[in-house]
Amino acid sequence: MASLNLTQLRRHFGTVKAVDNIDLAVNDGQFVALLGPSGCGKTTTLRMIAGLELPDSGEIKIGEKPVTHLPPRDRNIAMVFQDYALYPHMTVAENVGYPLKVRNVQAVDIRARVNNVAEQLQINHLLERRPSQLSGGQQQRVALARAVIHKAQITLYDEPLSNLDSKLRLEARAFLKHLQREVGVTSVYVTHDQAEAMALADLIVVMNDGKIMQVGSPKDIYQTPANMFVAGFIGSPPMNLMACTVDAATRTLRFGDNLALQWQHDLPQGAHGQVTFGIRPEYVSIRPAGEPGTLDAKLYVMQMLGSESLIMLHVGNQLVSARLIADDLPELPERVGIALDQKRGFFYGTDGNRLI
Amino acid sequence: MKSGWLARVLSNILGVALALFFLVPMLWFVFAPFNEHATLSVRIPENFTLNNFQVVFSNETAVRSLLQNSVIISGGVMVLTALIATLAAYGFSRGSLPGREIITYILILFSSVVTGTASLVPIFVLIYNLGMFNTYQGVILATVGGMLPTSIFIMRDFIDGLPRSYEEAAMVSGASPLQIFRDIVFPTLRPGVLVVAVMAFVSGWGAFLTPLILIRNASMRPASIAFYQFYSDEGSPNIPLVSTYAVLYTLPALLLYLFINARYGFRFFGGIKQ
Repeated sequence: MASLNLTQLRRHFGTVKAVDNIDLAVNDGQFVALLGPSGCGKTTTLRMIAGLELPDSGEIKIGEKPVTHLPPRDRNIAMVFQDYALYPHMTVAENVGYPLKVRNVQAVDIRARVNNVAEQLQINHLLERRPSQLSGGQQQRVALARAVIHKAQITLYDEPLSNLDSKLRLEARAFLKHLQREVGVTSVYVTHDQAEAMALADLIVVMNDGKIMQVGSPKDIYQTPANMFVAGFIGSPPMNLMACTVDAATRTLRFGDNLALQWQHDLPQGAHGQVTFGIRPEYVSIRPAGEPGTLDAKLYVMQMLGSESLIMLHVGNQLVSARLIADDLPELPERVGIALDQKRGFFYGTDGNRLI
Repeated sequence: MKSGWLARVLSNILGVALALFFLVPMLWFVFAPFNEHATLSVRIPENFTLNNFQVVFSNETAVRSLLQNSVIISGGVMVLTALIATLAAYGFSRGSLPGREIITYILILFSSVVTGTASLVPIFVLIYNLGMFNTYQGVILATVGGMLPTSIFIMRDFIDGLPRSYEEAAMVSGASPLQIFRDIVFPTLRPGVLVVAVMAFVSGWGAFLTPLILIRNASMRPASIAFYQFYSDEGSPNIPLVSTYAVLYTLPALLLYLFINARYGFRFFGGIKQ
């Protein structure tokens, strides 16, 4: 186990800034998720940590040791690939034992360690099979077994669950979290699935266009998004982001003609004039039309999502969603009022960053 | 549907004619060696005999050509072609050589334009100046040279179909480049290597013109040329003996093919079945 430090790491492909001067510090034993849309640079970052890609500039340190230009085999890492990359000509046992074989571990010891890990991952009945004879979920466990067997300092995961169907994915997620608690190895996990990142990670790194948008615990990322990108990316549905004009002197928020709201709390520094107001759908509630302290809204669609309902409304010409915990869709007139939980609202400046 | 009926009859007649066209030489090939007075016509031997084989086996030059010279030359061509084609194709597929696409296609183009008879004189001069005239190496190198472009092209297709993540997984697991090639790349490419190896072997086994001009010693010439042992001084073939030698000459290539097909199976395209 070891800590991981990235300093001013940069990798451009032609004119594409895949990774653009990022800094990241991961503590010993931490599980970090790199989260972002496709093409945000998360996979390139992971491959640079693995040594499969070399950075244009910057430094990578595993523990105290700079590894920036070392080949993968000298970094003492393990990696789980999206397609699992199980060697088709080897049995499961040979696949799992391969990292030990190349380290010249004795065959008897390899066998013992393979059995040990196989038991832990519940694949001991599959050891003599070939990868082609395994289901997707089983292949995934074999890939995990191969990654944990040589007790690497850092384990890297490249979207390891994306090839599983949704039921298996939930199972595998729980299993991975359990395994992580048992093994406790420093891990970097690339995913575009925010639920996966939220569920697994101690620390989430949200990336976009090769830059880090926010680093924080799942709770921080969800509850206090540092900028409009994170606010609009995290959450399903994401945070409501509404164009808004603020009059700081009278603490009035204006969302359009005849759509004014009195702000009850102190406004953050710089919240004046054109800003973006952000609030999560769960903090938007529906009231009778015309009630004081509400904004007039027009019903657009209602979606029943099982344990909750999602109500989408037009406020002026802006679309706002509200989340209701309810067994059934409520009976609503076409015109309603919406109330915003002001303690849960954020202001984002014209540069997209949260005003504090 | 009168015309449909007629068409079926005609196509069947055509099929039978085609089958006979290819079958008759095969029949001759099976019967003639066992007939002491075989001619060019197909005839079931009246007095079944193994005498022809006895005479052929007593011809020392012909036997050495078959069991030694041809084996050395074809074996050398096979090993060298498979090895060089695999390594070169690996470089073409995985390396970042600028213009590697174009180079690959130029190779193929050249091999189909400048091969065989047209290049015999330059090949002769080249091999002669390299001091390899009248040696096995000379014939092997010249034949390998002719085989390589196609072989590299075939191997490249196999390697392109091999997911990079296999090699990357091995790299991350701690394997050295040599270990990766030995443990991961070569075994997963074996179907391709076998195709190329068998093609190269057969091509070396059947080569006639190249060994004819590059080897002067009768005792070093391969079986393809040793057929002339069974020609009279005036140049007319002894048909029973030539047919017998032809059967013996065909067997090794046939057996090699059957063995590899039974053991590994042939695949003429790349890609890994998951």
